[in-house]
Amino acid sequence: MKLMINGEEVQVPDSLRSITELLEHLKLDDQIVIAEVNQDIISNEKQSVTQIKENDRIELVRFVGGG
Amino acid sequence: MLNIGPYSFSSRLLLGTGKYPDFETQKKAVDASGSEILTFAVRRMNIFEASQPNFLEMLDLKKYTLLPNTAGAKTAEEAVRIAKLAKASGLCDMVKVEVIGCDKTLLPDPVETLKATEELLKEGFIVLPYTSDDVVLARRLEELGAHAIMPAASPIGSGQGIINPLYLKFIIEQTIVPVIVDAGIGSPSDAIEAMELGADGVLLNTAVAGAKDPVKMALAMKMAVEAGQLGFEAGRIPRKETATASSPLEGLSVK
Repeated sequence: MKLMINGEEVQVPDSLRSITELLEHLKLDDQIVIAEVNQDIISNEKQSVTQIKENDRIELVRFVGGG
Repeated sequence: MLNIGPYSFSSRLLLGTGKYPDFETQKKAVDASGSEILTFAVRRMNIFEASQPNFLEMLDLKKYTLLPNTAGAKTAEEAVRIAKLAKASGLCDMVKVEVIGCDKTLLPDPVETLKATEELLKEGFIVLPYTSDDVVLARRLEELGAHAIMPAASPIGSGQGIINPLYLKFIIEQTIVPVIVDAGIGSPSDAIEAMELGADGVLLNTAVAGAKDPVKMALAMKMAVEAGQLGFEAGRIPRKETATASSPLEGLSVK
């Protein structure tokens, strides 16, 4: 399945169904990651029930140091 | 106590989390500062790098209130999106609205700041807008319902201290919500000056992160904010042009 993640085209297994599974696949599941799917911001407790599909545009962001 | 919206804090020093030499120094500096509110920025992950050490994960999040900023936004729309992304983490509902209107000075765009503040208040955020030292703008932000006003002392990261104490005082005198002096603080004496002017708090980052010894500077800033607040509460003496002896003039023992 082809996804656009953070502006880059990425191939991921078709078996991935949710944001949570995508984060596990990317090995980012041990961090606080905030997701946006096709411009819908997903609250973190809904990541496991938010489905992903071919050509979705996904933004994955996090908190970094800042003033 | 520093009261912002529904929250109360015993520390009046808010600390930024950018530009520290390493996480260990940063953690020690945060501890030394006694700060209860820490600012963060929101940025894209590197999805191809699984191990991305992050300061947030080193913190006991029960001890701190996170204040994400909307840095990077140049419009109200962008600021609102960043704030919503931050809130979606489930970790915070406060936001520092920061909409930069000038790349050279990093001064805020007053119109977009106002718009973003209005929108985020409607969305139920606790909103702390970063502004210039314009008293009229500060009042307009307060009228909208902003929970605190955060005027710049001088340009972000410049360390120039309070370049217009008069305008800062206008804002402090003419607003009811807390005034937190944000940006431009360079040294502990700047933080003291802000508090002695009557500010409710100070937000700084570079002054600590960029100091030769960030941990020691964090402690110095903690003490400066406390000293300034105490001095303000105690009430300084009026300035006089002439000397007045501190010791009694009577009873002088002379040969």
